[in-house]
Amino acid sequence: MINLPLLPILIPLLAAVLLMFFPKRIKAQRTIALIGIAGTIIASIVLAAEVKANGIQTVNLGSWPAPYGIPLVSDMLSVLLVLTSSILTFFVVWYAIYYMNESYERFFFYIGVMFLLVGINGAFTTGDIFNLFVFFEVFLIASYMLIVLGGKSGQLRESIKYVLINVISSALFVAAVAYLYSVVGTLNMANVSQRITELGSPGIVSVIAIFFLLVFGLKGAIFPLYFWLPGSYSAPPIPILALFGALLTKVGVYSIMRTYTLFFYHDQGLTHQILAVLALLSIVVGVIGAVAYRDVRTIIIYNIVIAVGVILYGVSAMTPAALEGAVFYLLHDMIIKAALFLLIGIMIALAGSSHLNQMGGMIRDYPRIGWTYFVAALALAGIPPLSGFVGKLLIVQGGFETGDMIGPLLILLSSLLVLYSAMKIFMNGFWGTPKEYHGVSAKHANRLWVPAAGLVLIAIAYGVGAEAVYPFIQMAAEPLIDPSIYIEAVLKE
Amino acid sequence: MKKKPNDLILQTVTTVISFIIILFSIHLFFAGHYTPGGGFIGGLMTAAALVLLLLAYDIKTLNTILPFDYRLMTAAGLMIAVLTGAGALLFNQPFLTHAYDYFNLPLLGETSLHTAVLFDIGVYLVVIGVTMTIIQTIGESE
Repeated sequence: MINLPLLPILIPLLAAVLLMFFPKRIKAQRTIALIGIAGTIIASIVLAAEVKANGIQTVNLGSWPAPYGIPLVSDMLSVLLVLTSSILTFFVVWYAIYYMNESYERFFFYIGVMFLLVGINGAFTTGDIFNLFVFFEVFLIASYMLIVLGGKSGQLRESIKYVLINVISSALFVAAVAYLYSVVGTLNMANVSQRITELGSPGIVSVIAIFFLLVFGLKGAIFPLYFWLPGSYSAPPIPILALFGALLTKVGVYSIMRTYTLFFYHDQGLTHQILAVLALLSIVVGVIGAVAYRDVRTIIIYNIVIAVGVILYGVSAMTPAALEGAVFYLLHDMIIKAALFLLIGIMIALAGSSHLNQMGGMIRDYPRIGWTYFVAALALAGIPPLSGFVGKLLIVQGGFETGDMIGPLLILLSSLLVLYSAMKIFMNGFWGTPKEYHGVSAKHANRLWVPAAGLVLIAIAYGVGAEAVYPFIQMAAEPLIDPSIYIEAVLKE
Repeated sequence: MKKKPNDLILQTVTTVISFIIILFSIHLFFAGHYTPGGGFIGGLMTAAALVLLLLAYDIKTLNTILPFDYRLMTAAGLMIAVLTGAGALLFNQPFLTHAYDYFNLPLLGETSLHTAVLFDIGVYLVVIGVTMTIIQTIGESE
């Protein structure tokens, strides 16, 4: 089946279109959405097995040969990201079935989620820089719809910011692609990389690299471009926030990872140095936010900024260990962020507020939720043998290998403060004197717990089974270390 | 009291013009295969004709003349476009690969039939559906 790389994009697209025919029949919507995502997961697993066995898979859309048409390229990195995104979306939709109001579900919630998945999987898979922009737009438009869903006043205010920021960064994206095209005369990512090497990487390429960093940094929320994130992400309901927090910023991170290893690896003294500094500043700012706030949403949202910084520091170091660590940590962070958002979602639903002062003593009545959160918090901070540990270890090792002392130490220090910020929620929310809660019933909370626990279980398996996962991670990092693998697979020379 | 607007001229002209616009949009649609035109621009022009009708009359009249659910039209158009692209999967060809051949049709003589037309019909329906949904949603609040 030569179209295999396409299936994780095509299946949710078909499901989304099918859902558009009867937006008001909620039961059918739920079922078809779940079946569609399950199909996507199966297709991604088959694709991962195929990539593992036979190397990078490509499809030239419309049979137009490689440098001219649009290729879809599934290397191990993109397959793993597609698989993780699809699994996450499955659990989040499962959670949303119990969490969301019917009024949300009637207003195209599932359709929006499916289109979001189409855009995200497409962005991870495409091998054409302009097509990457197109898939960015697909998931952004779906996200515009999801962020205003509900139409509360705070939400509308934040969504205007969100839309404005993204419209501007999309415009910059097109401009950056145009600059790149004017220099290299091609949009095929493998071919772009080849041409930059042929041209001897003139100075203008470094300028374009910074331009791309600006564009993807806005989406990926690195310092100083993260300013819109805490406000906008606190607006939508928890399941949507979980999708945004776990997936959308990671697409920006992936794009930086891809372009900085495939295109802009010639002038590392400039571009990667800037990336490293910005990544470390993101960690610092994120830690300050996560420690300072007492609103559970905001705490976890600032943790997104920290994780983005850690991953990008790994990318900037550019050693094999650091890149493997960045891939490992990227996948870990997607899973654990989604799990944490779902868990604090239950706390918010119980307490009827997202502020820690309104919570306390939940562990007495909800021990399962409490201990699940505890494990998730440890995994977030990277306590061995949980999943955050291996990724951070590799990144720190890679950082030391480059001779940088400050970066790795800062990351290690940030882990402690991340642990503190996550434990703050545990101590104030679950310990302490129990309060009267007037939110959802205990039965309902337990129903919400199941998908969240499922995600935490995956995170644990990912950490404990790191030995089994590692060959896949290694394979994913190969084209990042040596771009010629990617180029040869796409252009078949 | 609000004066009833005198739009007799607009309404009379619209009844004729809108047909011409629709016919021209269909011409553009088919011309689009090798020359400028195609599903997107054809759909926009058809939508323009419908908007002209909407301006000259009102939403209710337009819904009686053309009782379409534009959201369903969007969905149907998307479905047609996606399935046309996915049709290539059945023949184990890359997605969006199209097929064409020349056929001898009665009256028309030798004609080129291309699966890209099906895809374009999908695009055409999506463009009309989306444009009309947007305009109706804005218009309804008044």
